[in-house]
Amino acid sequence: MVSINLRVNGNAVTADVEPRTLLVSFLRERLGLTGTHVGCDTSQCGACVVLVDGLSTKSCTLLAVQADGREVITIEGLARNGALHPVQQAFHEHHALQCGFCTPGMVLSVVDLLSRTARPNEHEIREWLEGNFCRCTGYHNIVKAVADAATRPGAGHVG
Amino acid sequence: MSANATGIGASVRRREDFRFLTGCGRYTDDINQPGQAYAWFLRSPLPHARITAIDVAAASAMPGVVAIFTGADLAADGVGTLPCGFAPDGGPIKEPPYPALAEDRVRFVGDRIAVVIADSVAAARDAAERIDVIFEELPLVTSTLAARADGAPQLHDDAPGNLCFAWTIGDPAAVEKAFATADAVVSLDLVNNRKSPNAIEPRACIGEYDRARDRYTLTTTTQNPHVIRLLLAAFVLKIPEHKLRVVSPDVGGGFGSKIPHYGEEVVVTWAAKRVGRPVKWTAERSESFLCDTHGRDHVSHAELALAADGKFLGLKAKTVANLGAYLSTFGPLIPTYLYATLLSGQYALPAIHCEVEGVFTNTCPVDAERGAGRPEATFLLERIVDVAARALGKSPAEIRRRNLIARNAFPYQTPVALQYDSGDYEKVLDQALLLADWTGFAARREEARRRGKLRGIGLSAYIEACGLAPSNVAGAIGARAGLFEAAEVRVHPTGSVTVFTGSHSHGQSHDTTFAQVVADRLGIPMDNVEIVHGDTDAVPFGMGTYGSRSLAVGGSAIVKAMDKIIAKGRKIAAHALEAGENDIEFTDGAFTVIGTDKSIPFAQIALSAYVPHNYPLDELEPGLDEQAFYDPRNFTFPFGCHVCEVEIDPASGAVAVVGYTAIDDVGTVINPMIVEGQIHGGVCHGIGQALFEQAVYDEETGQLVTGSFADYAFPRADALPSLRIGHNVTPCPHNPLGAKGCGEAGAIAAPAAVINAVVDALAEYGITHVDMPATAERVWRLIRNAEPALAAQ
Ligand code: FES
Ligand code: FES
Repeated sequence: MVSINLRVNGNAVTADVEPRTLLVSFLRERLGLTGTHVGCDTSQCGACVVLVDGLSTKSCTLLAVQADGREVITIEGLARNGALHPVQQAFHEHHALQCGFCTPGMVLSVVDLLSRTARPNEHEIREWLEGNFCRCTGYHNIVKAVADAATRPGAGHVG
Repeated sequence: MSANATGIGASVRRREDFRFLTGCGRYTDDINQPGQAYAWFLRSPLPHARITAIDVAAASAMPGVVAIFTGADLAADGVGTLPCGFAPDGGPIKEPPYPALAEDRVRFVGDRIAVVIADSVAAARDAAERIDVIFEELPLVTSTLAARADGAPQLHDDAPGNLCFAWTIGDPAAVEKAFATADAVVSLDLVNNRKSPNAIEPRACIGEYDRARDRYTLTTTTQNPHVIRLLLAAFVLKIPEHKLRVVSPDVGGGFGSKIPHYGEEVVVTWAAKRVGRPVKWTAERSESFLCDTHGRDHVSHAELALAADGKFLGLKAKTVANLGAYLSTFGPLIPTYLYATLLSGQYALPAIHCEVEGVFTNTCPVDAERGAGRPEATFLLERIVDVAARALGKSPAEIRRRNLIARNAFPYQTPVALQYDSGDYEKVLDQALLLADWTGFAARREEARRRGKLRGIGLSAYIEACGLAPSNVAGAIGARAGLFEAAEVRVHPTGSVTVFTGSHSHGQSHDTTFAQVVADRLGIPMDNVEIVHGDTDAVPFGMGTYGSRSLAVGGSAIVKAMDKIIAKGRKIAAHALEAGENDIEFTDGAFTVIGTDKSIPFAQIALSAYVPHNYPLDELEPGLDEQAFYDPRNFTFPFGCHVCEVEIDPASGAVAVVGYTAIDDVGTVINPMIVEGQIHGGVCHGIGQALFEQAVYDEETGQLVTGSFADYAFPRADALPSLRIGHNVTPCPHNPLGAKGCGEAGAIAAPAAVINAVVDALAEYGITHVDMPATAERVWRLIRNAEPALAAQ
């Protein structure tokens, strides 16, 4: 067992974990943050994306011990005081989700994109999202939602 | 409430979004039961082998192991094999047993051999590695055609030649006559590529057993909880249905792969009682690739007979359909009645004959995948129509126009069993040509050529049969179940409403669309409507969601139940208003004496049904709660026309979709935003099939080569285009909503549109067909092979 200290959605978390525990398992099983999903076993689908120190990160690819000392934001930590984050709001308005399984990872990935590129064009959006798989939407409405989110204040920030 | 804001036809934003956007969804793997143990399945690493011994002693001694079970344990307990729900025309077909855990033989890589149940997934998995299985390898066959060859390895002793069934439809004599009088005959050999469905949520299930009530609960990622309850209770566990509850919570996409009843569901449910703990299993993606039912996998030969003016005279098709190693729940339905009955397409095609052989191979079982049979039919027909157009020197649009069923010809009886109820095919063809700027294509092609790109354009005019299905018809063709839908509308004393539907949403947005229908009909705010699905203890009954049936069949059942509510409400209102029942009308949420201002709002009628003080108790029961079962009178027939434009880089063979236009007629649209979303998703499935996706087995080793997202070309955001979408509306004449279904349209139309465009782009090389997926490598090879001939000209 290894002891780790990190912040998750603004809260301090201290825990003893087995060294082999993946960050995604730690979030889902130890912290009950089941909004972070697992869609593959080869680090491709992006269903598990969270923000680690602001960077979109596939939490199936990181060990929990590697998150020691870091700031982790999961989908549960994005809406503040009951108000959807601008990216969440844009996804809602543009019907950019159907089954919702890819959505948490997709949304957090987009927050990171918009923190780097304020007004991405369609090509840039599609390139950025190639590591976030969606089987339902065909991405059409996701691309529209991202372009719209980019026009909203605070879309590239958390909190 | 403003009826327009949320009524039928309004793009109401989805009510289910909030929970999915904030991480509050509740998918099966998010659920944990106190004291649960975890299952890990030992799967066959070999495609075909006899199991001569299984030794679990060392594995059982591993830390954390609760129990290990094999097929022998299930058999000893009388657990049945997985049933098949469809035999074309009632059979005969070969139905070899498909045990939940293999008994003495494995037949595909991934076939379940044993289950380890342990305190953690890791412990179960570690122990599974210590199970010692002695195999005697057997010769194998994975390819569809090879399975039928003389001397092919045999999968099942009672299915000689690996033949499950040989089935035909249509009139061969009429077809021969048509061919004898034809001015031209074109032919085409084509493959419909095997797909992995790849819902992003992997399958998962949790079995529980309540000793106090002697009752099981299965929570599972299914599209049809009541169907699973029926199959698991009645056929596999052989327990009364009331002893089993099936719950299907939020489900992360289905696309057909979550219709069938799977062995994992059997094992966790059965084992929960044996080990006295809840048992949970969640698939890893590699298991999804190996074991979620695959789709398509047809090899076909088609011939079309034509008159000199381009009129179609007859079509014949021969198809060999790969069913995989065993029959999945609806395996034999897909390549028969969901396929060949669609071969008339939108055309007045007087004679059709189709022969289908369903074959066993050492591959994952094949079942429904978005479109299920109808994409295969559309691909065959729309490809051969293009081949005919080219042979006769006609434009693809003109040859189609010449043969379309006229708008005044409905109902139209095809030679392959279906009676189309409505349509206006020429109108959507014109709409599509206009929106796609068909006439401007030549200039775009020229412009592309200057950039060194080959540009092509392709059409696909499709029809599908949805709204499954009139139960008597389903029974006559071999279904072993009814295909109605059930609903309950429960009005609460204060006038809010809970609707229980047998449909299931795994992305389709029932929570919004169905609430719109109810709010519109009852004249109450959507906020006063709750939609409940996915729990056999809560919902009266249901056949589930597939075949684009939810609104057309499930929605109609809700309407029927609401009609009963309104009828009862009129009686209550007539009593209260001292008027004749026939003088009461229900509009805008109130019961009114016609021609007067005497009126009672819906909520007040609800209250008097539950507080029946001034109430016709002699004639009417208190309460306002009605159920309905709706059995459709016919299938529904959505149709449309899609146009695709591609550009090909001749140096690399890479194909890019640079334009995609879809005009669809899905009947009355409740929520255009949601319908467009369904079309987008379907089209991208179809583009994926046409350009990228293929489940590949190595023919020598029987291994699934495309067993991960690193190997299987899942369509990504950067590989897909944005789409241009338009609608036409011809309401379905025989259901109360006029709805036809929209979930599969795109997947049905797109493959032919894309490949027709690819072939058009390559026509100058003399290339007349490209098999799917049209990968860069495949296209590059075709171009390289064609170049010498071209140079010689
Ligand atoms: S779960 Fe698929 S990338 Fe992490
Ligand atoms: S919304 Fe279902 S996978 Fe994206």
